[in-house]
Amino acid sequence: MKSRHTFGERVSRIEDDALLTGRGRFVDDIALPGMTEAAFLRSPYAHAAIRRIDVTAALALPGVIAVLTLDDLRPYLTTDKLAVGMPSPSYRLEVDRPILASTEVTYVGEPIAVVIATSRYIAEDALNLIALDADPLEVVADCREALKPGAPRAHRALPHNLVAEFDITYGQVDAAFAAAKTVLREKFWQHRGAGQSMEGRGILARFDESERLLTLWNSTQTPNVGQRLLADLLGLEETEVRVIAPDIGGGFGPKLVFYCEEVVIAAAAMIVKAPVKWIEDRREHFMSTTQERDQYWDVEIAVDDDARVLGIRGSLLHDHGAYTARGVNIPYNSALTVPLAYNVPNYRMDVKLALTNKVPVTPIRGAGQPQGCFVMERLLDRVAQKLNLDRAEVRRRNLVRADQMPCTKEIKLRGGTFVVLDSGDYPASQQAALDAGGWSGFAERQKAARAQGRHIGIGVANYVEGTGRGPFEPVRVRVSASGKILVASSATAMGQGTKTMLAQVVAEQFGGEIDNVVVTTGDTSAMSSGFGGFNSRQAVMAGSSAHSAAMTVRAKAIQAASHLLEAAPEDLEIVGSRIQVVGSDRFISLGDVSRALAGIAGYRLPGDMEPGLEATAQVIVHDMAFSSGSAVAEVEVDVETGEVRVKNLVLSHDCGRMINPTLVDGQVIGGVAHGLGNALFEWMGYDSNAQPITTNFGEYLLITATEMPAIKILHSESPSPLNALGVKGVGESGVIPIAAVIVSAVENALEGLNVRLAHCPISPMDVLKAIADVRKAPSES
Amino acid sequence: MTGASRRAIKLQVNGKPHAAEVDVRLTLADCLRQEFKLTGTHLGCEHGVCGACTVLLDGQSVRACLMLAVQADGRAVATVEGLAGADGKLNILQQAFKDHHGLQCGFCTPGILMTLTECFADKPDLTEQDIRVALSGNICRCTGYQGIVDAAMDALRKMRSLL
Ligand code: FES
Ligand code: FES
Repeated sequence: MKSRHTFGERVSRIEDDALLTGRGRFVDDIALPGMTEAAFLRSPYAHAAIRRIDVTAALALPGVIAVLTLDDLRPYLTTDKLAVGMPSPSYRLEVDRPILASTEVTYVGEPIAVVIATSRYIAEDALNLIALDADPLEVVADCREALKPGAPRAHRALPHNLVAEFDITYGQVDAAFAAAKTVLREKFWQHRGAGQSMEGRGILARFDESERLLTLWNSTQTPNVGQRLLADLLGLEETEVRVIAPDIGGGFGPKLVFYCEEVVIAAAAMIVKAPVKWIEDRREHFMSTTQERDQYWDVEIAVDDDARVLGIRGSLLHDHGAYTARGVNIPYNSALTVPLAYNVPNYRMDVKLALTNKVPVTPIRGAGQPQGCFVMERLLDRVAQKLNLDRAEVRRRNLVRADQMPCTKEIKLRGGTFVVLDSGDYPASQQAALDAGGWSGFAERQKAARAQGRHIGIGVANYVEGTGRGPFEPVRVRVSASGKILVASSATAMGQGTKTMLAQVVAEQFGGEIDNVVVTTGDTSAMSSGFGGFNSRQAVMAGSSAHSAAMTVRAKAIQAASHLLEAAPEDLEIVGSRIQVVGSDRFISLGDVSRALAGIAGYRLPGDMEPGLEATAQVIVHDMAFSSGSAVAEVEVDVETGEVRVKNLVLSHDCGRMINPTLVDGQVIGGVAHGLGNALFEWMGYDSNAQPITTNFGEYLLITATEMPAIKILHSESPSPLNALGVKGVGESGVIPIAAVIVSAVENALEGLNVRLAHCPISPMDVLKAIADVRKAPSES
Repeated sequence: MTGASRRAIKLQVNGKPHAAEVDVRLTLADCLRQEFKLTGTHLGCEHGVCGACTVLLDGQSVRACLMLAVQADGRAVATVEGLAGADGKLNILQQAFKDHHGLQCGFCTPGILMTLTECFADKPDLTEQDIRVALSGNICRCTGYQGIVDAAMDALRKMRSLL
């Protein structure tokens, strides 16, 4: 037997067997004795004043155990608001969510009361028996209206709807514009829609009075954060709260948020003295799980005669929804992303966040970065059109070059440190994508297709992704008495293969026996601190900690074995689950080393070493590792129906050293699919009363197998200097450039018609309208 | 619930007889998951679009979220739990999903496996485009479908070589 490598290998996932055989364990798969089920009464109004909630008839329904409003929960709560917004000096208003609405509702779907019954069927019957007496109030349905003088207010008690404002500024932007010969201006609208993990949110809570332990099985990306909040809100010690994220059916951002339902279901379990389960249905997901939605931009770019960017300035208006459920981070990311991949010497973006009577906005995969990328890439297309240059050439002249790395940007991350693009060769990445995407021969092909009446087009877009948000994510590695390598982390798996990733990093130090590694994630009883899964951070943060802890345990195992085998440490190697003397048949099993280090009462430990064969690492990294890449897409547009078919899509990307290229491919392709949805399909619609009008999968379109083109992925690996593994995150990369590249390609397909597209998603109707509009408009010349 | 709103049903699930007394409004999906503890069948939308709840009823795919348990009385249901061998060994299709990274969170996977199981049963000569069309009633938010399609094609090849 020989020691094997697992780091960097395409090993199969340790998660798969259970999931493929129906033995996964999602929250709704767990049933406890005496379990009850919950359904929420949600606001049917976008904005209303609540007068009375009469639950008498609902309570009388057989099978109903309790109907709880905020008044019923108060005795169990330390506060009745969820104050979870991240710190920022930019806030102008404080708008924390109430744990249940009691006096005012401010979006359709806001929870007002909860019914606990013997089954979900009965709980839903009871919802219809609750009499909600409320007076509708004026509604803010559009963030552009929200900031106009005299606009209705999203909350009665607030003086206005400007929840936060800030700017990101560097250089001498107005001077640069004053001196520039070419200035182009454009307005953009971008819409991103909802997370739509196939498993919605879900919670099962049990309060064991004798042990004084609240256990919450929760479909969340952030169990440790949830544990801390639940303890605060319910006046419990952290040790009295255990949060378990079992198998999670996708996250995509919304599940990183802490929701009212989590504390309500926990309190309900304490009140009814029985386990309570609540499983979100899809309609609830559309109405009450956070989304990303609308941004309106008005931006100018100044360039010199060589198409070199002199400056960018403008404004961004962001729909924040009715409450602060996360912070100002999405528009911050958007404004920060615009100039990131390129050399932009002067920059100013004025950002305003407006309250609307809609479900709160928090990150969806990409978290504002796709919008920043879209703006920059659209502006560069405009420059190319204006100066009559190749679009890729305009980008090449402006991209951050390899010789600039590491490249410090004059922009600060939210934690206050400057953005430093740590590594990569962006122009080479673009060139690779252009070559693989058939850029240079495209004009000919386009001409030939046009001669047959077909409209094909090509687009290009570059992106960087800030990954590995710090400060740390703990991992403990322990060798059990049976010789298993037990890995525990607050990292949280939502389907990315996090357990496999951690197992690969650890197994690399232990003979490459991945089957010998057992990984526990997403359980606060296994790891009491940490954050969880978001911001493409776990391979970087938890991966680094896993590596460090594994190295420590490995060194200790070898040292102990050297005492036990009476051999020099350098003569020892770990193979399989044993430590052996190289070139001999002398060995000791890892389990026996672990037993020896567990000690025997009254005896010395081997070599007087510290007891225990385990280590916890919490590697701290503040700077973000920037993944990067380039997309080239080819589309065909049917000018009669407006349909856009994506024919070919190349993504060349660089996420540093890859722990498992197969999983990286999966993340990238999944992100691209999400991006195609944002480019062409996904639209979370509201009417003028802020009533959601897309609340099922017939109305809100997710991409299916027939619209999904084959994706060609090109990997390059520029190791990040920021961590020992050289890795960067990848979970959100695929999504970032896709709306930009598709809209660029569609515009190119309509070359000659002079159609200009400045929004996404673009529906077939949008394409037809854009064509009709230019045909109607008097020609410029 | 009055007596008339409950009914006794008997059905085969994965070849084994199952019986229960259920509310007439109980869906087949909830019956499988709650009465029979077969939680491999998932609910992604409960309105018949996502396909996560797909099971086979007398060999034909149905949305278990849109069917009542009483409608399955006397019939044979196949679910994801019945795919692997008695020894737990993955079948060809399941193994292909593992080999080609055809799943991430795995929530859509049971429905997708059942859809493909049905379509492989009657048509072994499927093209990649046929597979994509067959899968168009199953939504996956994670994978972008590429691993799923690759897995399906690989499984088809392996099944054909066994013919
Ligand atoms: S749950 Fe049945 S189709 Fe979605
Ligand atoms: S693997 Fe997550 S939805 Fe398909």
